[in-house]
Amino acid sequence: MGERILLPWLERDDAFDLEAYLRAGGYETARTVLRTMAPADVIAAVERSGLRGKGGAGFPTGRKWAFIPKDAPVKYLVVNGDEAEPCTFKDHRLLERAPHLLLEGMVLAAFAVGIRKAYVYVRREGYLARRRLEQAVAEAYAHGVLGRRIFGTDVDLDVVVHTGAGAYIAGEETALLESLEGRRAMPRARPPYPAVVGLYGQPTVINNVETLCHVPAILRLGPEAYARLGPPALFSVSGHVRRPGLYELPLGTPLRELIFEHAGGLRPGRRFKAAFPGGSSSALLTEAHLDVPLDYEPLRQVGSMLGSASQIVLDDSACIVRVIARTVEFYMEESCGKCTPCREGTVWLAQVFERLLHGRGRMADLDLLQHISDGMTGACFCPLGESVPPSLNASLRHFRHEYEYHIRTGRCDVEERLAAPRVAAS
Amino acid sequence: MPGLSEAARSEIRALGARYEQRQSALLPALFVAQREAGWLPPDVLEAVAEALEVPLSEVAAVASFYRLYFLRPPGRHQLLLCTNLACLLNGADRLRAHLEARLGVRPGETTPDGFFTFRTWECLAWCDHAPMMMVDEERYGPLTPELVDEVLARYRAGAGPAGRPAEPAGRPGSASRAAEPGGGAAQGGG
Ligand code: SF4
Repeated sequence: MGERILLPWLERDDAFDLEAYLRAGGYETARTVLRTMAPADVIAAVERSGLRGKGGAGFPTGRKWAFIPKDAPVKYLVVNGDEAEPCTFKDHRLLERAPHLLLEGMVLAAFAVGIRKAYVYVRREGYLARRRLEQAVAEAYAHGVLGRRIFGTDVDLDVVVHTGAGAYIAGEETALLESLEGRRAMPRARPPYPAVVGLYGQPTVINNVETLCHVPAILRLGPEAYARLGPPALFSVSGHVRRPGLYELPLGTPLRELIFEHAGGLRPGRRFKAAFPGGSSSALLTEAHLDVPLDYEPLRQVGSMLGSASQIVLDDSACIVRVIARTVEFYMEESCGKCTPCREGTVWLAQVFERLLHGRGRMADLDLLQHISDGMTGACFCPLGESVPPSLNASLRHFRHEYEYHIRTGRCDVEERLAAPRVAAS
Repeated sequence: MPGLSEAARSEIRALGARYEQRQSALLPALFVAQREAGWLPPDVLEAVAEALEVPLSEVAAVASFYRLYFLRPPGRHQLLLCTNLACLLNGADRLRAHLEARLGVRPGETTPDGFFTFRTWECLAWCDHAPMMMVDEERYGPLTPELVDEVLARYRAGAGPAGRPAEPAGRPGSASRAAEPGGGAAQGGG
């Protein structure tokens, strides 16, 4: 399948079907690995490949697997398919179009760690994803890929598909466990980490959908050959680009190349203004950052992060105050309410933005925004609350003039410029 | 029997048996109850608590936490308009105004004829089709006011999801867009 690992599966319109998956060589890797490799070697291969969790935190996958106590009698694999980070759609698409690829990755992970029971938590709103996954699970059982004595070996794995009920916070891994145990999705204190005390109090591996979809290729190609591909990553690109969609490119591809070469650039007559490189919880980048490589370290160095690798691209028709207000509103809506800085901070920020957007802002509000943001930083119980300050702070740093214009005039400079005759707009 | 039919109760008990702990089946059990009763009034919550043998307080806590459970009777079709960033940047505000005008209700409300419950929603992970909305289990996008009208008319005519809207004037296809099943604006079935 050439250089691309996941995209070829996404481009096919039949790979959700077992027959088509098998014809394309599906499950061959799992069959070979289960028959010929030792579990410890599978973990070592995944470690050497450099694979890091694709759900947002970026933790090395092999190391996560190695944390699980070998002698634990009961341990679980939980797949996080609750993807709801704004403008991230890769896991959904993988579930819809390549559920068997996920199941193959799960079989390999379960074999490596010695797990016999797995749960896939899928967001309720992903109706097609769940139907396709449930069909794939049924086919896999019928084909001997799941259940007892997989491929005639002494490996067993049972898989249960579970759906959420509409709560972004359920994607946070400890909240997901709470939800899977039939409670409100509210994060648990860590430590203990799920690797030690997870689902039903047992050691639990929690992996993201995309992460597991990389595993068959790592073992098929070998970790070194896989790593030489970049390593590959799926970027969800949305917003003001001409070709929004999923792009598979090596980690480290510059933002400029992704937007202007792959995603078709901006609409005619528009200028680049800003982008979120890792979903709405990552700090906004500006024109000055267009050549930053989209990779963990380089993005951290400019104060942002790769997160779920979702690029949200803004051209000059976007009002930054409105955009940040909308992200604040999202986190306010989705806050689980457990801790004060997040529960109160998001509401307070939303109130200030409401004033700013309705022409009732005061200059002192800019300091107030910074003050609330500082009060939330490092003080929230889980990553959700910590998602607000980065982009807010970046917007105050890079686009302060837009806030000031709203406050001074009670109007939006972007809207005014768009409404003005074309000559004035350029 | 108040609350739920025996069939629903036994379906819920069977769900409970799929998990190491019965309470794990609470989320799916509430969907079984909601499918049967249309929404989750107190006697239905009680029936779920009984069938799963978990405390009613747990059932009520869960039902009130997650957004897809109805604690009031909803309309016949759920219309969710995404207003998160990708959709906002592509004109979700205009679509929202259009829907409010066409439906005569504001987000969170049900049309007087009980046909649609209209809600604005957070990201529905179809951002490369922004702006988009979901009616029941079916997605529509990129939306234009004309496409919205067409979809509403189809549901009102009882055509439902089987009646697919025409393919919207395509933007150049990216890998993912070009590869949607059916290649059209709507997606579902499967
Ligand atoms: S940061 Fe927000 S979402 Fe996380 S525990 Fe606190 S209130 Fe809940």
